[in-house]
Amino acid sequence: MTGPNDKKMEFALEINDLTVSYKDKPVLWDIDLEIPQGALVGIVGPNGAGKTTLIKSILGLLKPVAGSAKILGLEIDQGIKKIAYVPQRGSVDWDFPATVFDVVQMGTYGKLGWLGRPGIKEKKLTKDALEKVGMLELAHRQISQLSGGQQQRVFLARALVQHAEIYLMDEPFQGVDSTTEQSIVELLRELRNQGATALVVHHDLQTVKDYFDWVVLLNVRKIAAGPVSDVFTETNLKLAFGSRVSLGE
Amino acid sequence: MFESLSVPGLGSVVAGTALLGFLCGTLGTFAVLRKQSLMGDAISHACLPGLILAFLLFNSKESWALMLGAAISGTIAAMVILGISRFSRVKEDSALAITLSVFFGFGLMLLTWVQRRPDAAQAGLARFLFGQAATLLDRDVWLLAAIAIPCLITVFIFWKHFQLVCFDRSFAQSLGFPVFLIEVLLSLLLVMVIVAGLETVGVVLMSALLVAPAVAARQWTNKLEIMAILAGVFGAFSGIAGAVLSNIGKTSIPTGPVIVLFITLIVFLSILFAPARGIVWLQFKHWRDSKVLQLDSVLSNLLNLAREHSGKQNGHSMAMLKGISSNPSGVPRSVHKLLEMGLVSEVDKGLYIPTSKGAEYLNEKTSHMGAPLK
Repeated sequence: MTGPNDKKMEFALEINDLTVSYKDKPVLWDIDLEIPQGALVGIVGPNGAGKTTLIKSILGLLKPVAGSAKILGLEIDQGIKKIAYVPQRGSVDWDFPATVFDVVQMGTYGKLGWLGRPGIKEKKLTKDALEKVGMLELAHRQISQLSGGQQQRVFLARALVQHAEIYLMDEPFQGVDSTTEQSIVELLRELRNQGATALVVHHDLQTVKDYFDWVVLLNVRKIAAGPVSDVFTETNLKLAFGSRVSLGE
Repeated sequence: MFESLSVPGLGSVVAGTALLGFLCGTLGTFAVLRKQSLMGDAISHACLPGLILAFLLFNSKESWALMLGAAISGTIAAMVILGISRFSRVKEDSALAITLSVFFGFGLMLLTWVQRRPDAAQAGLARFLFGQAATLLDRDVWLLAAIAIPCLITVFIFWKHFQLVCFDRSFAQSLGFPVFLIEVLLSLLLVMVIVAGLETVGVVLMSALLVAPAVAARQWTNKLEIMAILAGVFGAFSGIAGAVLSNIGKTSIPTGPVIVLFITLIVFLSILFAPARGIVWLQFKHWRDSKVLQLDSVLSNLLNLAREHSGKQNGHSMAMLKGISSNPSGVPRSVHKLLEMGLVSEVDKGLYIPTSKGAEYLNEKTSHMGAPLK
């Protein structure tokens, strides 16, 4: 441990004894987790393991039964301003009357305050984010006319607009083609190289080693968390998924 | 007894109902986008018992007293609905249905009982069922404006919040907005506008004026701003139509049904004819696309045949093309069109080959596709 002045040593996320349940069924059980800054973290586990629940608890969207989360050392209600959230693509109605530009611009609302309206600065931020995800040409397209991969890019751009320190992404690779997947991974690396931290709910075990520095193996309880090379082992995977899973090596 | 209170001219009644219609359309836009169309219906029906209890309590038909009663029971109903769907296993649609029928049933019971009372004070309460713009007094119109204008200003101020919460609730929360409060504000506005419209439109048909303009407006635009304004305009038009028709010759046609008929006509036309979303438009586009596709497939068949029989320049017959087409009856027309466009030429009587222009045309069309499976 270094001294208190060393800002870098503040954890991006610090989760203590977190327990969340729906009705009487626990979804997350007594999770302790410390995520270092500047890591690309994959959250991996079987269906119903509580991956989405973990992300929603960090955001304060769900009230835990016990435990707490800290964001860069701050309580959730202050720390949330440092986070950009990419929800699951299927969580919204894409027939909403809005263009690609409108949706991405929503990412600027957080810093506008109560009465502020998006102005020149916000429009510039929006355009820059659209350019980064390769969607500038489709800026004025109605969102119902987008493919799955394009919808995912729109959500990603909406998060990029926030210029956050931490990115929480719920299955950004769900139903997108490999070109889009690769460009999302590139973007994640770029963000990481700029010092940001990203937590990504991920399903494809084969790509975990390529994409992430860190991995959290989850199945209601935390099975393991740490650098991929230490933690992403056959033994731990069996603990998380049951005996049928293998890395195919 | 003659009316001792000033009766407004048709002009101010029209202005009042237009304002009401505009507000209903605008707020209805958010209700429809949040898939809460039925919420307005439940709240408006639930206003009836409060309205009549207020009449009994204050022993007066003053608009403000009745509106207060209506607002209270409408709000209670809204909270009951939210409470049931949040804290029990009953789904929201069931919660809406239960609340609507219980409150409205209770209201009708009270109304029947009140109407049987010997004194004449209760006369005219029944107009709240279907609305009667003709009975509006001057100060009713002012009261209506006093409710509608602040509501519209509120919508303008909280525009981006409403947009955000309607599109992506959890993202709004992740930006740090108090989503629950914003939703409460939206519901309160809904109650206000319903209460404001009770006398004009009536509890039974109020929800039509909330939902229908928004549904119609959605057909014509992909922008939320335009949708809200257009819905407002549709609502205002229906309101005016209702007010004017129910005032003509003091025929006392209830206003609510007239408004509903008018807005239904707008919805009907929008669903049929709006560009990009209207049924007629979509059918036309489908028909046009299938013609183009047929054309392309005939051309592609010809090109494939020419490639397989390379060197043989004598072309292929219409019968041959019909034999390999999925829609043989359309082949002659496509061939004629292709000849007209110069994409195909007739080498011999009834024998066709693709031109180089034809090959180019198809190449361009398929350039973005992957290579065909062989």
